[in-house]
Amino acid sequence: MAGGETLLDVRGLTKVFGTLKACDGVDLDIARGEIHALLGENGAGKSTLVKMLFGSLEPNAGEIRWNGEPVRITSPSEARRLGIGMVFQHFSLFEALTAAENIALSLDAKTPISTIAAKAQALSYSYGLPLDPYALVGDLSVGERQRIEIIRCLLQTPQLVILDEPTSVLTPQEADKLFETLERLRGEGKSILYISHRLEEVKRMCDRATVLRHGKVVGHCDPRQETAASLARMMVGTEVHAVVRSVDEGAGTADVLLRVDHLNRAPATPFSIPLRDISLDVRAGEVIGIAGVAGNGQGEFFEAVSGEVLQDRAEAVSIRGKPAGRDGISGRRRMGAAFVPEERLGHGAAPAMKLSENLLLSRHATDPGVYVGAFGIVRGAAISAAAKRINQMMDVRKSAEDPPANALSGGNLQKFIIGRELDRQPSVMVVNQPTWGVDAGAAARIRQSLIELARSGSAVLVISQDLDELFEISDKIAVMHNGELSKPMPRAEATYEKVGLLMGGAEPGHVHHHDPAEMA
Amino acid sequence: MRLELVKRPQQSALFSALSPFIAFGLMVVAGGVIFLILGKDPVNGLYAYFIEPLTEVWSLHELAIKAAPLILIAVGLSVCFLSSNWNIGAEGQFTIGAIAGSAIPLYFPQFQNGAVLPMMLICGAIGGAAWAAIPAILKARFNTNEILTSLMLVYVAQLILDWLVRGPWRDPAAMSFPQAPAFHSWAIVPELMPMSGRANWGIVLAIVAAVAVWFMLSRTLKGFEVKVIGQSPRAGRFGGFSTARTIVFAFLVSGALAGLAGIVEVSGAIGRLQPQISPGYGFAAIIVAFLGRLNPLGIVAAGFVLALSYLGGEAAQIGIGVTDKTVRAFQGMLLFFVLACDTLIHYRVRLVRPAPAAPPAAAPVTETAHGHG
Repeated sequence: MAGGETLLDVRGLTKVFGTLKACDGVDLDIARGEIHALLGENGAGKSTLVKMLFGSLEPNAGEIRWNGEPVRITSPSEARRLGIGMVFQHFSLFEALTAAENIALSLDAKTPISTIAAKAQALSYSYGLPLDPYALVGDLSVGERQRIEIIRCLLQTPQLVILDEPTSVLTPQEADKLFETLERLRGEGKSILYISHRLEEVKRMCDRATVLRHGKVVGHCDPRQETAASLARMMVGTEVHAVVRSVDEGAGTADVLLRVDHLNRAPATPFSIPLRDISLDVRAGEVIGIAGVAGNGQGEFFEAVSGEVLQDRAEAVSIRGKPAGRDGISGRRRMGAAFVPEERLGHGAAPAMKLSENLLLSRHATDPGVYVGAFGIVRGAAISAAAKRINQMMDVRKSAEDPPANALSGGNLQKFIIGRELDRQPSVMVVNQPTWGVDAGAAARIRQSLIELARSGSAVLVISQDLDELFEISDKIAVMHNGELSKPMPRAEATYEKVGLLMGGAEPGHVHHHDPAEMA
Repeated sequence: MRLELVKRPQQSALFSALSPFIAFGLMVVAGGVIFLILGKDPVNGLYAYFIEPLTEVWSLHELAIKAAPLILIAVGLSVCFLSSNWNIGAEGQFTIGAIAGSAIPLYFPQFQNGAVLPMMLICGAIGGAAWAAIPAILKARFNTNEILTSLMLVYVAQLILDWLVRGPWRDPAAMSFPQAPAFHSWAIVPELMPMSGRANWGIVLAIVAAVAVWFMLSRTLKGFEVKVIGQSPRAGRFGGFSTARTIVFAFLVSGALAGLAGIVEVSGAIGRLQPQISPGYGFAAIIVAFLGRLNPLGIVAAGFVLALSYLGGEAAQIGIGVTDKTVRAFQGMLLFFVLACDTLIHYRVRLVRPAPAAPPAAAPVTETAHGHG
């Protein structure tokens, strides 16, 4: 528990990138048997700090003491040798290999697969995270994949486990299981550094918290003594405004701006999910949320609605009353729709291209004559001005005037990508994972802007794994499971339990439906 | 002790522009060392190689003649390479362009007026584009590897040329020499300054093409499409661009310019079709494209540098008695130094003290900044 023997003691750790001090004299100490939260906005220096602790980055100044001894952590394998393990936010598993094979890849010694499999299985059962070591990763759910990462980390018998946003991919039920495992690890005297933006979780589980802002430690606290609002205030530096959601007055009667009608799609690859007979109406003024565990067809659904993949029937997707199923993404944008995909780098933005060029990426077709003149000549001045406007509107923080997309932190890039679409006041907005890995301040801003867009008369469809988010902003919530979409439930009827059951694959019939039209 | 490359947060624009010049300087220094090792006076050797060809007017003309096809082809290749289409078959597109353009004076020898040459150039470009369309369509439709298909089509094109000049198109007046009849005067690309040397309008055409493609790539939506599809195809699709369309576009542009180079070479420098019409311009242009760092304006300069290395090689062979293989050595060193300079602009070298543990396992521990695209 807190106050015990100090395992890791960090003093004055500093990392400078060019002129930016990503970490500026950070102090942190973690006791044995403690769950220690690391909180901070995107770009606050959390990842940089963790990368220095795990040996992926070398500090410019400062000292790391491990069990009281000063150490230099020069590589991840050195970190593992000391007893530091890490579970990354984005999994690094090969889908075509089995769980045991994936684990074997990260072990330095040449142990036979069968030994690894046996050990992994024994360990997984002892921690209540049952795992079939011979299952192909491609067949596993996201929660099961995370178990592989955790087991892989625990097999190296670490004294300190670093978890980066571990619950952002889990159903509420799966998250509870993870918490039990963490409690057990704490009981065994292991220490955990827990990075999360879900303040409720931090309050529930963590013994102490260290809050970073702009690379500096702004406070250590006992999260149990704080409220979610006071924690958020420490992270952001100012009051975080709770998202305000007025009741949608025109619900159920306004025009349908986005209609999906009996949409089917065969799987494109062995690892993709077929879409089965999806129908959905999104009306002007409303936000509809689609919940679901990752990998249940959300990405495939987004590609179909956005027009990156065409439908056989034009009527399968209609935008503002016009059939759009045979139109590509540019055509659908011209009809008034805007899209924000899940993956920021490499899908929503070209990583090595500047922000201004990434503005052109989605806007060249929608604003005829504004950004592209006669003979296809690009109008640089107009684009720079628009990029500046968007960066100001969304408070995008960047190190240069017009940096490449991959130089921005995830949250700042997401603010830019969302702002790029909001800037044209689309009638229909489809967003996949709007605040994945985004800090509290930026997430609140993004959510509020989506609600405001809806209240100004647009139809907003949000696909998200974050239930808190969906309950915060949606007028109705539907659940996607295995390529099927449940009927949207009005916000007033939806509960975490109902949605969680549907996410886990319970029959839609178990949940009582009302016709949305009657709910007005 | 080991060396490590660390990405620089900001690349110097000044050094990006200077890089080819620094590379050239380094190549000259290294070349001097090589001459020294060969027992030649390095100053004389370098003078014969790089300066002497530039001191005489006629050899400046030769420089322009060699640079023109290299620039034309490499400019087209830059469009392909920027869109990640690896067209290795420019030599074949060059050959088919030469054949297609030559068909007009050969089949219509009575047709002699000012329209002949423009029609020949257009036919040459269409011929090259058609040849390039084969690997393009195969890739767009069946996802075949364009490196293999475009390269294999080079040999097919050369065999077609060989068959034509030995068979149906052989000049009956040339005894049994395998060559087509000489072009009539309307079918010859005019010389720029006939008083002083052979250089023809091909070099002007090459520079115009370079400026046009530079403008397309840097200022238009089409150029943006080419680059975004090349760098990040999924983001390009999100932007509403089609990968298949870009493949076909890049190959057609590249094939047309290579075909144009082919007909300009045959109707300008050579004056007739014969079995050998290129000293490997289509392959050397790949080096030119990368030396010019895929920027059409840089390619103009790079084209002259490579042309000079051909000329200087011939001169040094005669003047100071070194083997003609030095041409290859100099070209190789130049490429090496340019790539080295570019790397050092993007990365800096860091000396790392020895770490006790083994290097980390790559996949599981590195968080890449580039997502899965």
